[in-house]
Amino acid sequence: MESFELHCHVGVGPEVSGEALVTDDNFSARYDLDRIKGIFSRPQHKLAGQSYIDKILVFNTAKGGVASAWMLYEMASRKIAPRAILFNSVNPILAQGGALADMALCDRFEEGDVTQLIQTGDRVTVNPELGLVTVERD
Amino acid sequence: MNEIDIPSCANNSACITCNFLPIQNNTGMLLKEEEKAMLNGDMGEPRRWAMEHMIRVGRFFDAEDFVAVSQAHIMADTESLGEAGVEFLEKMAASPRDQRRVRIPMITDPRGIDFCHYKRLKQTDLMANLEQRTIDAFEAMGILMTNTCINYQTIMPPVRGEHLAFGDTGVVIYCNSVLGAYSNFEGGPSALAAGLTGRTPRYALHLDENRRATKRYRIIHQPESLSDWGALGAMVGTRAGSYWEVPVIEGIERQPGSDEMKHMGAAMASFGSIPLFHIVGITPEAPSLEAICDPAMLDTEIIGEQDFESFFARYGGKGDKLDVVVFSAPQLSIIEMQSIADLLDGKKIHKDTALLAVTSPVVAADARRMGITERIESSGALVLEGMCFYQSYAREMGEANGWKRLMSNSAKLVNIIGGYGYQPTLSSMENCVASAIAGEVV
Repeated sequence: MESFELHCHVGVGPEVSGEALVTDDNFSARYDLDRIKGIFSRPQHKLAGQSYIDKILVFNTAKGGVASAWMLYEMASRKIAPRAILFNSVNPILAQGGALADMALCDRFEEGDVTQLIQTGDRVTVNPELGLVTVERD
Repeated sequence: MNEIDIPSCANNSACITCNFLPIQNNTGMLLKEEEKAMLNGDMGEPRRWAMEHMIRVGRFFDAEDFVAVSQAHIMADTESLGEAGVEFLEKMAASPRDQRRVRIPMITDPRGIDFCHYKRLKQTDLMANLEQRTIDAFEAMGILMTNTCINYQTIMPPVRGEHLAFGDTGVVIYCNSVLGAYSNFEGGPSALAAGLTGRTPRYALHLDENRRATKRYRIIHQPESLSDWGALGAMVGTRAGSYWEVPVIEGIERQPGSDEMKHMGAAMASFGSIPLFHIVGITPEAPSLEAICDPAMLDTEIIGEQDFESFFARYGGKGDKLDVVVFSAPQLSIIEMQSIADLLDGKKIHKDTALLAVTSPVVAADARRMGITERIESSGALVLEGMCFYQSYAREMGEANGWKRLMSNSAKLVNIIGGYGYQPTLSSMENCVASAIAGEVV
């Protein structure tokens, strides 16, 4: 088993662990999700059809509107939500949403493109307070 | 100003957000005396929550301090809020009056329901109830229910250099770019926090150094229709692709109007999360290219006729049965309402096709007074006010009404609506109306 650490900017939310679901695509809770079923619903999204529940999601950046700020809170309240979201670079809306939802959310990785550094299926621990992400891979 | 440590949340029964972990010390943000008082809870729990929330965000983006803002604009449709979000607002609204009232003028983005028409749209009483609870909470906080995403056309356009906390990405990009105001994208919680405190963390577009152009585009095909302007915004947004990029556009040969800038900005923000653009010789911060960048440092990307054609081709459907035409996102100006009325005069839309024209309460009142609404609705179309289609339980409306093929002249709307189960077609207003009459995409 391989294990390594990634370093990012200080984020928001608690320390969490989970299984990674990774894409180099971008993210909006409004545009891309069926929040009732807990799946990516926009046909053009690279994760279309996949469940995001309890996953550590990894994207390139955020896109679109301001709704995601409320939506993360609403999703977390029903426990049909990811455990954490990691980005190369995030916009204020998702950071604000993570802050309200108390959902782990981080960006700006020192080691480079996080969508390449983490692979789907990796076991990931995110510590936003330290800006530290630990990755375990079989 | 003194740098202070942030106290732990008491996490007692007065805490609105009892699921929050206490914020850690050493935020690094400089707080003025009044800001410290708000954070300490001396001015009530809502303002304490607001400061704590904004410090979390400010810390994320390395804000050194707060900036005073003069207006706030909140996006909080109930589809986004859900039961959890509405309860959050209700708890805040239940605070004593002197603690819950916003401190600066604060207005609302479109709601999810037009109470006059929600049953016709097959929205449910549950949705309407959630909407009413939200309105009651906002009114208790002193928020003005303007229900609009075109406040820069209808309510109080910001002044150049004014610092704001605006929600709705289309509002923010217009006010930053066209009017020269200073606002980040403020999601509902952060806009509310700004309204309660009169502050927002000073980061990103509140700092002049972040407003300089980082991407350069030259247009060699001139946009004509509103959908063309939206397409241009979409292409620039897609290419620039990040909140932290600032596109500058050259080559636009005529002075665009407010509705054209509205569609372009809304699409750019939607496709690329872009909060600010410059057009050389047109927008206020770009009297020249040199004023907003070092031209030698930026490569120029060309956008031409083929790019426009390719963009529109992504949203096809010609010959398909047409279920619904939607003019929305952003809400329609009185000029756009008049244009739709002119196109529909004396005509009837197809019996199996719906046409929705969505506008703000202010414009709706004017349109009724001027007879424009009657002219539109005589065709079988429907004028809706105070809502926006995609913020109005679009998935449920689509399923309840059997709507799949949707046509619009809004690039922003066709970008969003695919995720709600629709098949979108983008075309000009004229073609949208002609298609609604024919009952198929022409």
